[in-house]
Amino acid sequence: MAEDMAFDAQAVSDEVAAGIEQIGKADDMDGLKAIKSRYAGADSMMTAMSKAIGALPADRKKDAGQLMGKLRADFGRAFGQKASAIKERDEARALAAESVDMTMPVRRRPLGARHPIAKVMEDVEDLFVSMGWQVSRGPEVETEWYDFDALNFGPDHPARQMQDTFYVKGNQAKDAAGFVGSNMVLRTQTSSDQVRALLTRGVPLYIVSPGRVFRTDQLDATHTPVFHQCEALAVDKHLTMADLKGVLDKLAVAMFGPEAKSRLRPSYFPFTEPSAELDLWFPDKKGGPGWIEWGGCGMVNPNVLKSAGIDPDVYSGFAFGVGMERTLLLRHDINDMHDLVEGDVRFSKQFVMGE
Amino acid sequence: MPMVDIDWLREHVEVPQDLTYEQLAKDLVRVGLEEEEIHASQVTGPIVVGYVVDAVEEPQKNGKNIHWCHVDVGERYNDTDDAGNKVPRGIVCGAPNMAAGEKVVVTLPGAVLPGDFKIEPRKTYGHVSDGMCASERELGLGDNHDGIILLRHYGFSAEEYAALKPGDDAMHLLHLDQPILEINITPDRGYAFSYRGVAREYHHSTGAVFVDPVTDLAAKAPVTQGIPEDHATDIEVAVEDHGPIHGVVGCDRYYARAVRGFDPAAHTPNWMRRRLVRATMRCMSLAVDVTNYVMMDLGQPMHAYDLDKISGPIVVRRARAGERLTTLDGKDRELSVEDLLITDSPDGQRGSRILGLAGVMGGLYGEVTASTTNILLESAHFDPISIARSARRHKIPSEASRRFERGVDFDMQPAAAQMACELMEKYGNGDPSPYPVDLNTAPRRQAIAFKASEVARVAGLDTPVNTISEILTDIGCSVAGGGNGIFSVTPPTWRPDLGEPCDLVEEVARLVGYDEIPVTVPPAPVEGAVGLSPDQRHSRQVADELAEYGMVETLSYPFVGDDDFSKAGLDRDALAPISVEVANPLAADRPYLRRSVLLTLAQTVQRNRRRGIDDVSIYELGHVYLRDPNAPAIPALPGAQRPTDDQLAALDAGLPKQPLHAAGILSGKAVRTGWLGEERDVDWTDALEAVNRVLDRLGLAVAIEQPSADQVPVSWHPGRFAYATVDGTRVGCLGEFHPTVNERFGFPAHTGGFELDLDLVFAAIDGKPVQAKPVSTFPPVRQDLAFTVPSTVSAAQVRDAIVEASGDDLERIELFDVFTGDQLGSGVRSLAFAVTFRSSSKTLDSKDTEALRRAIVDGTAALGAQLRA
Repeated sequence: MAEDMAFDAQAVSDEVAAGIEQIGKADDMDGLKAIKSRYAGADSMMTAMSKAIGALPADRKKDAGQLMGKLRADFGRAFGQKASAIKERDEARALAAESVDMTMPVRRRPLGARHPIAKVMEDVEDLFVSMGWQVSRGPEVETEWYDFDALNFGPDHPARQMQDTFYVKGNQAKDAAGFVGSNMVLRTQTSSDQVRALLTRGVPLYIVSPGRVFRTDQLDATHTPVFHQCEALAVDKHLTMADLKGVLDKLAVAMFGPEAKSRLRPSYFPFTEPSAELDLWFPDKKGGPGWIEWGGCGMVNPNVLKSAGIDPDVYSGFAFGVGMERTLLLRHDINDMHDLVEGDVRFSKQFVMGE
Repeated sequence: MPMVDIDWLREHVEVPQDLTYEQLAKDLVRVGLEEEEIHASQVTGPIVVGYVVDAVEEPQKNGKNIHWCHVDVGERYNDTDDAGNKVPRGIVCGAPNMAAGEKVVVTLPGAVLPGDFKIEPRKTYGHVSDGMCASERELGLGDNHDGIILLRHYGFSAEEYAALKPGDDAMHLLHLDQPILEINITPDRGYAFSYRGVAREYHHSTGAVFVDPVTDLAAKAPVTQGIPEDHATDIEVAVEDHGPIHGVVGCDRYYARAVRGFDPAAHTPNWMRRRLVRATMRCMSLAVDVTNYVMMDLGQPMHAYDLDKISGPIVVRRARAGERLTTLDGKDRELSVEDLLITDSPDGQRGSRILGLAGVMGGLYGEVTASTTNILLESAHFDPISIARSARRHKIPSEASRRFERGVDFDMQPAAAQMACELMEKYGNGDPSPYPVDLNTAPRRQAIAFKASEVARVAGLDTPVNTISEILTDIGCSVAGGGNGIFSVTPPTWRPDLGEPCDLVEEVARLVGYDEIPVTVPPAPVEGAVGLSPDQRHSRQVADELAEYGMVETLSYPFVGDDDFSKAGLDRDALAPISVEVANPLAADRPYLRRSVLLTLAQTVQRNRRRGIDDVSIYELGHVYLRDPNAPAIPALPGAQRPTDDQLAALDAGLPKQPLHAAGILSGKAVRTGWLGEERDVDWTDALEAVNRVLDRLGLAVAIEQPSADQVPVSWHPGRFAYATVDGTRVGCLGEFHPTVNERFGFPAHTGGFELDLDLVFAAIDGKPVQAKPVSTFPPVRQDLAFTVPSTVSAAQVRDAIVEASGDDLERIELFDVFTGDQLGSGVRSLAFAVTFRSSSKTLDSKDTEALRRAIVDGTAALGAQLRA
């Protein structure tokens, strides 16, 4: 632009309008900046005209000044809007260019898993703890007294031979029937904890005792020599078989859902009288809902209470035991016991942390 | 367990004509007789009666003699000749007893016999045999395969035999088409090992009319009191028990009755044979079959002796040391002085000849044989415990011992003998003696004082007193009193299990029905501690932490053996005496219980690896079993009474210690090669992290104590093994397994693991609430400090010295670089720590920081550490 241009309102207005139009067409930041420098830079008509105001007569200076202010503001606004539009667009492009395939696998450390047996035992514990009961645990290598005699299985009791017991070698003694033995077994039932708990905790007693038990069954699709039971024992004044039924229904629902319930059938166990088989109404039974055998239960035999020095005329109680493997086989449609006992990580991983 | 045949059950109780086995099972389970299985018929027809029209003997080149027969099998099944006439079927038969004129059992094409034996027409010996004449064994009716079944000899009366027509359904005739119910009998219900008992229970369940057969039989049995002097009893009997068990005489009733003039050629009637076969008994001879039949029917085991071979008196006594007996099964047995014997007295030698093991199994001498005409029936009652011990000792669980050890009715011996006599008289022309001998010392049953209110107190049932009395009467008790709510109840002689009031409560409850018991939930107990115990909570935390760390929980059998020891490089001879040993292990090569969880976890890792899973990191929380060879023997104590405190202590003193352990094995790749980066082998660092995480989670400060290489246990890598210690106590160990051990187990290099004694770990937790420190809001100062340190000094020693020197202002310390190299010289290494200081009371300035740095330099100098410039 030539120096000392005369103020020309029309020319500068046209020029700025042209500049704003250029801004509209600009496509990148560099082009936009070049437009700014051309129309608003030191050598631009806008700058020249601003200077030219000084040469105007005083009465025109005000209008000229106002016009220039407006033109500058219009241009500045157009530039600003365009600049942020371009910046926004450039940023979006740049981020889009940073896209990754998020379907790619990223877990480098494997997810661990609890064993479903351990977990279901915790679930049973939690149910009973929520009812105010305590959790007890007895030893796995147990004396015959706690596993049998204290539970009213005398040394010659036929049921004692039916238990498929693992006997343990030890310092030789004679057992009560005169057979040589150590008086030590791998406990055949978690009921072995009943009299221990009565002796150490006293009455009233409300305990659940989950744990490992042992029978000399070969491993096959439905048997395992090492398995798990949950025993429950309540001894108090005024407990009846009705209370047993109530607690069993609660357990059935906790394990098998709101439609589950329990049923008792007459049976026999040395440590309970009356005794019952515990059947479960299983809504998801294959082939339609139905009753299935779940465990054993009954009212604590007075002889068991006597073994712990408790007066059976004052106290009564109930006890039951359910197999944890059986519970899981049913609930999770597991067809083969091998899966539960072999420790194949693929099996446990299906359960993750339980459920 | 016993079979229940509806046809037989009907003898004692009114059974609906259309009763199915499924319904019968339901009826019985309601009163506690559980269904084992309903066995379906294993035979499908057509199987019919055939009349042998002709049988031509045709000797064969192979030396066999066959018969080419024509058998009339009735209009429907007979052959059709070219002219369209029905003619007998051609059948080839190899049985020597085949003859024209016999009525036989013919299995026709389409029939299937036990063992999936399909009958089809087949070409043999130059003929087409269009069916088969069957033997007992082929039909699953018994063991006899000496010849085919000749119906003439199959126990039919003359009229019945004459009525058998060719083409009659033999399936039904022989009950081959019937299913049968097998039930489980709980040990308290010995009486249910008989049709008499099952019929009574069926009555209890359904209300069907039951008639106790013993009542009538007992009335017919000859009286044994007041026999005239000139009439000797059938034999003299004495019980001379000099070694009663628990003071109970081995035989409290011995009843014997003779049957003379018995026809040894008599056949067992078909109905009896059929029932015995269906009850899975073998049919032997009429005399033996009758004793078995009576046993099944009434529950009284019996024995039949050849009276002519026996010399009285019969003496029931215990065996003497050194005596032996060959039992009926042909086994020669050394007898125990506890074994109760039946003996006789040849040549005046009282009790000198052993006839059998009382109530368990007879001997070879004195048995009835195919020529016995004079029979002595033994119908006795033995002590259940004595019988149970003999059966257990000699491993003979016979039908007789099974009943005696559960308790046999001690009042039905004459009735049982009467029934056997009647059957032998009817089918064997025997002549029952009117002079039996009855040696009876069985105690009378004691009455139970029974408060009717016990039913409500124990069973929660609001049963009217009259109903209680009726139920007890119906099960056979005699019930008296009751005015003051207390009955005097004398249980029946067949229910030895009823001895206490609670037993009567069960009877009332099961007959009223368990379903009638109301449902209540006991209120939460308010006394004592609630919730999980600290140890129970902590063991869950350990298990959860390890799973969250990425390991998989498993549960292994605790059994180990020589192979496991040798793979782990352990000394079997040193371990055996301190390991708990199972006397009757399932696998003879794994008789011991583990002393370390790692040893059984290793088996699980192997199993996973064999299945193609390469990266296996698993853990287990479980017990180990530590035998003390000097532990005192555990006493045998009686039940139903509280042992003294000393006795209780003696029980526990003999048990092995069984601490709870947590162990893990980490093997394979910690990280697999992937698009994110390169793979990395699992190694000792992963095991260490697992241990750190567990102990951190429990709020315990763990210190690592690494023994010198020569002090490391044999299973472990000598340079990569350490103990985890808490407050100076070793609570576990960790590291990599010895490369040789890894090789033997087939594990990849660097496989390692850890094992923590959780009993020790939990004991180290003080259980007090965490005392929180205030969080400082002053700025931190970070410094890197690199030291040159002699190689003999551990990183932990240097770190501990820095911690000690820094005092309260140290917030964090981390080892970030380790290197050795020529520029450092030999015998030293560089350890670089990043430390963060922060004061709780002011902003640390350069003077403070410099002072800390100097203190650290001074503090580590004692270790020979020098700060590098």
